Amino acid sequence: MYENVIMKYASITVFSLLIVLGACGTDSDNEAASNGTEPVEENSLSGELNVVGSTTVQPLAEVLTEAFEALEPDVIVFVQGGGSSVGVRSAVDGTADIGMASRDIKLSELQENPEIRVHTIARDGIAIIAEPGVTVDNLSKDQIRNIFSGEITNWNEVGGENLVITVVAREEGSGTRAAFEELVMDDDLILGNAILQPSNGAVRTSISVIPGAIGFLSFGYLDDQTKPLAVDGFLPTEEFAASGSYEIVRPLNMVTNGPPEGIAAVFLEFIVSEDGQAIVASEGYLPVN
Amino acid sequence: MARLSSPPRVTSRSTERGRPAKVTGKQRVESVVKYIFLFSALMSILIVVMIGIFTFREAIPAFREIGIIKLLTGTVWRPGQGQYGILAMIAGSGLVTLGAVIIGVPLALGCAIFLSEIAPPAVRSIVRPSIELLAGIPSVVYGLFGMVVIVPLVRNIDVPGNTGFGLLSASIVLAVMILPTISSVSEYAIRSVPKRFREGSLAMGATKWETLTNVILPGAKSGIMSAIILGLGRALGETIAMIMVIGNSVIIPFAASDNPLSIFLSRARTLTGNIAVEINYATGLHESALFATGVVLFALIMIMNSSARILIGRRKWEKK
Repeated sequence: MYENVIMKYASITVFSLLIVLGACGTDSDNEAASNGTEPVEENSLSGELNVVGSTTVQPLAEVLTEAFEALEPDVIVFVQGGGSSVGVRSAVDGTADIGMASRDIKLSELQENPEIRVHTIARDGIAIIAEPGVTVDNLSKDQIRNIFSGEITNWNEVGGENLVITVVAREEGSGTRAAFEELVMDDDLILGNAILQPSNGAVRTSISVIPGAIGFLSFGYLDDQTKPLAVDGFLPTEEFAASGSYEIVRPLNMVTNGPPEGIAAVFLEFIVSEDGQAIVASEGYLPVN
Repeated sequence: MARLSSPPRVTSRSTERGRPAKVTGKQRVESVVKYIFLFSALMSILIVVMIGIFTFREAIPAFREIGIIKLLTGTVWRPGQGQYGILAMIAGSGLVTLGAVIIGVPLALGCAIFLSEIAPPAVRSIVRPSIELLAGIPSVVYGLFGMVVIVPLVRNIDVPGNTGFGLLSASIVLAVMILPTISSVSEYAIRSVPKRFREGSLAMGATKWETLTNVILPGAKSGIMSAIILGLGRALGETIAMIMVIGNSVIIPFAASDNPLSIFLSRARTLTGNIAVEINYATGLHESALFATGVVLFALIMIMNSSARILIGRRKWEKK
């Protein structure tokens, strides 16, 4: 009789596992689905445009899309997340007309496909933040690198109190992590014992509650839950980032396979136009010019 | 009880055979219904097989390019640098499950014994649904509870580097999550120990406690073991609640102080968490390696469930 009960629980276990695995499958399904929507090129500019990639660029792209659709009522732009790597890949294999990437294009990606064209549409700073109880206000880039690689493990080594440093970082594959590694870490690796959180919001929340925590965050997510640290004397503000004094700044890119054509070309022109860049600035990112 | 139900089944089959071969409308409906049910049963098998094949197919490039041994025994997971070892995740899943069993099994067994042997029906009718309710709470809610209640509590333990996020918090959360599974399956196991065993023991002058420890629990042992294994399977598959409290660091858990138990304050990552955290950004070999993680999980859970079934087959008094 209780075999039934056991089977019930066995199937619950198997099914919850299947759901996890099933979730893995959906990504590629979505890409396959968007395959069928190629842009229709006409003189009067109507049709569809698929923009896929970085979740950091996504919110900005959505606002830009709204403004663009108001200008070109016959155009429909679909913006979809998935991450920087997915963005580059989708642009290359034609799944998307434009890919979004919140980092520079990797050498390996360029080697695989020399036709990639990169269009920087905005720039975004990465702030170094600490838990509000940390007394240190300023770190040098070297100190940050040594903290994130695990060589410095206590705040008293960088002029603070005797408090163990807990490093919080993003997961492998995140554009923010890739940009941070490139801009700060050089060839050093982020230590394995770092707490990894899968989103900017989760990083911010964990740093706010863990005594002695440090991490990095896109400028757009800064708020008073955490304490932004100055890097080489400059606080992470738009002014310092724009003037070049604050150095941890990454490009937000759109990628096309070969020179952009049709709607994609018009859309990219619009983004770097004065109107487009005004939107970039009003959304809290740094304009490209 | 399973024994009693088999003889009637045999008789009904023999009368069917004895009936004249005239197909009535009612019989036609019955055979249609029978095939509908057969179809549903086959569908669910098909789905499991399809998912298994699909997952395995996606994982083949990882197995081929990285190598099964290197994948299973590699301690470094850095997809950016082309290093794919999932031993840290296997250790993480293993330890968190062990922790959950250490905390959860005594609790669950206590519940099961209370419900089957001690509680009067009125109390049972309140306690049992409440335990079953635990199974219905979405796991993200457990994760949230763990993050705001358990993690800050665990943070109070004074060990260098302890942030509260780690195996202990995850094990506590998981222990509560597997409690309903283990408790209800063991309760059935305890109940299915024949009444005459109990009565015989009491009649010979054994106390209730002696009857419980010397007669009932040994009799229900294999059922309880399979309950625990099913709980293990459930624990291995848990994802979102683990991501929220375990810290997700890719390291083999280590003890930060002289006390070896402080290993449970170490951060870790589970196999399920590895897939869920990274799949959004993964491409190429990285994606395939995550599917390979899924294959490992699939295999582990299949081993768990089959061993639970084998154990059920070993109830001695049933064989008689």
